Amino acid sequence: MSKNCCCGNSKKDQFPELAPTMEKYANTPGSLITILQKAQEIYGYLSIDVINYISDCTGIKPAKIYGVATFYAQFRLQPIGKNLIMLCQGTACHVNGSEMIEESVCEHLEIHDGETTPDGIFTLNNVACLGCCSLAPVMMVRSSEGDETYGNLTKDKVKKILDEIRARG
Amino acid sequence: MKVVIGQGSCGIATGAKKTEAEFRKQLANHDVDAQLDFTGCVGTCYLEPIVDVYEDNGKDFTRYIMVQPEKVEKIVEEHLKGGKPVKEYAISDEDKQFISKQKRVVLRNCGLINPENIDEYLAVGGYEATKKVVTTMSQEEVIEEIKASGLRGRGGAGFPTWFKWNAAKSNPGTEKYIVCNADEGDPGAFMDRSVLEGDPHAVIEGMIIGGYAMGASEGIIYCRAEYPLAIKRLELAMEQARERGYLGDDIFGSGFHFDMRIKAGAGAFVCGEETALIASLEGERGMPRLKPPFPAQKGYWQKPTNINNVETFANVPWIIVNGGKAFGSMGTEKSNGTKVFALAGKIKKGGLVEVPMGLPLKDVIFGIGGGIKKDKKFKAVQMGGPSGGCIPDKLIDTPVTYEDINKTGAIVGSGGMIVMDEDTCMVDMARYFLDFTRKESCGKCNYCRVGTKRMLEILERITQGKGRDGDIELLEELAVKIKDGSMCGLGQTAPNPVLTTLKYFRNEYEDHIYNHKCTAGSCKALIHFIIRDNCTGCTACARKCPVGAISGELKGQHVIDQEKCIKCGKCEETCRFDAIYRE
Repeated sequence: MSKNCCCGNSKKDQFPELAPTMEKYANTPGSLITILQKAQEIYGYLSIDVINYISDCTGIKPAKIYGVATFYAQFRLQPIGKNLIMLCQGTACHVNGSEMIEESVCEHLEIHDGETTPDGIFTLNNVACLGCCSLAPVMMVRSSEGDETYGNLTKDKVKKILDEIRARG
Repeated sequence: MKVVIGQGSCGIATGAKKTEAEFRKQLANHDVDAQLDFTGCVGTCYLEPIVDVYEDNGKDFTRYIMVQPEKVEKIVEEHLKGGKPVKEYAISDEDKQFISKQKRVVLRNCGLINPENIDEYLAVGGYEATKKVVTTMSQEEVIEEIKASGLRGRGGAGFPTWFKWNAAKSNPGTEKYIVCNADEGDPGAFMDRSVLEGDPHAVIEGMIIGGYAMGASEGIIYCRAEYPLAIKRLELAMEQARERGYLGDDIFGSGFHFDMRIKAGAGAFVCGEETALIASLEGERGMPRLKPPFPAQKGYWQKPTNINNVETFANVPWIIVNGGKAFGSMGTEKSNGTKVFALAGKIKKGGLVEVPMGLPLKDVIFGIGGGIKKDKKFKAVQMGGPSGGCIPDKLIDTPVTYEDINKTGAIVGSGGMIVMDEDTCMVDMARYFLDFTRKESCGKCNYCRVGTKRMLEILERITQGKGRDGDIELLEELAVKIKDGSMCGLGQTAPNPVLTTLKYFRNEYEDHIYNHKCTAGSCKALIHFIIRDNCTGCTACARKCPVGAISGELKGQHVIDQEKCIKCGKCEETCRFDAIYRE
């Protein structure tokens, strides 16, 4: 199944950040999800080129990698904006009006679930549960500065938060 | 003196890091020499950020609640410097009962110790259970002790833990695996997260003991990637345990070898199913397969594998130290011990609640949780997430045991308890859960893949006011077929939210379909906003209305044009005179 790692292969230069991960995991069976997580952590999403590179290194067919990547909610095949809004749609948030919050975010940013604003500042993702149920409704914003969680959201509060983030640039 | 700040995910979300920074600043400003430390989830999530100020004896402490940065200076000045606790910021006697009414076994250390410091865990008796097991007990004795405790799987199914361990032990082979399912996928449950963040060593210890009992030398924690803090603290805890020799070769000089690692899940609810979880561990799509062979026979890489939930493992060290009998004496005859619940939804005091099994639901929701937000009317409590069901108010005296909850049509599940009030539409709840299971169905079985989609379509049209005569019967028919035609627990339980709401709230379905009415006032297509005659004519609503549907003279009665109204609810929010209601 697996062939040798592509160290020395010309494609190595294409994704130098991923090379150490490949060295460690390419020949370890069962590591595909870990590799995909690392790749997404580095590049923000899984491009077709990255998938092909992983395929070359591990010997796993691109179709299969695509199959795994599309099965799990975590993986993205499109680039995302600077700030990833993870809007919780868990049960507690639903009961406390998360759909209203979603409407408010969509209206304010003029995007829908899964989309990115034209200026590349925000991407909106609905997520199943962030586990902060007593602060419902909740959203988490992921950026290069880390994750920030905002709880007890209201329609107006969420707009204010988004404006503040946008002002930060 | 010592200042301990609660820093679970909830605490951090409410600003515990800012509070900590302010303490650092104020301690320096006032030249106070006090140690600044943190702990995991305290459990009283509704009071976060929580700060405990310990006296010099290290035992007595004052708990401060909702400590935003502006409260810090006063606490430092008056309490830490002046020696007088600031009473108005301290927790009230009533709120203290949120914890004092509980019985904490799993959460014994949560919110008390620093989860990133192994010495604090050792100080409360950590790793004594491991030592006792590997140096003085045989594998059979460990399994017997767990059997005596009556511990059952806390992940949802409630299968006896000893039986699973024994099955994995009995299967031949030298290479075996023990897996901790920390892929808490139920939307609305956060027990496992809090335990992992607040007391990671207890879970590690439970796994070492389980590994010893079944003869495994490797443990894997399959943890949700959405819980970055839990993963960080687990990794740290494993490192510390390794340094001290509690993990690795020759643990406590017994010759027993055991090590473990974390595998981050990638977000799939179906991976809560054992065989799907194993497929995911192997880097595949997380799709379940037929059983037998059971994981205890052929699991991870075809080797005997045992999978338990986080809470199950966290119970184990306590049982070993205090004895199976002590654990078994709590709870009821068939449901022993305690259970942790994540209390959320329309509840006054949301948080983590651990109670002995057998306590009536009423005592949990009203006794500990303080009842419903804004004193509205309690309608139902949802237990077991997408696999569970809604228990109506007339059954609020039901004791919390596996058997009694199953009788209602819901399940104990992993412990999510979502409280709903009169404003929650039960048809919409059923729609919400079906939407979830439809998305999470892995697609292997037709009935689950297509059937949940068809059920969702029916529920959607009902909530949109387009329900048809015969829809209820169609839902019932589909529900039975999906249950029968699905291979794994996801499909077999997916119709439960619909079945329980049909059982207890059939009139709501009928109201939606035949009378075009949503009594909870939640389904947009079926409600109207109306202005009462106590309207003062302040014009605030008319100015806020995004579609200009409200008209009226200044200081005169306003009216909403129902043709234009998009039912956004802005007018209701804006009105300061409670003059707008929904019908």
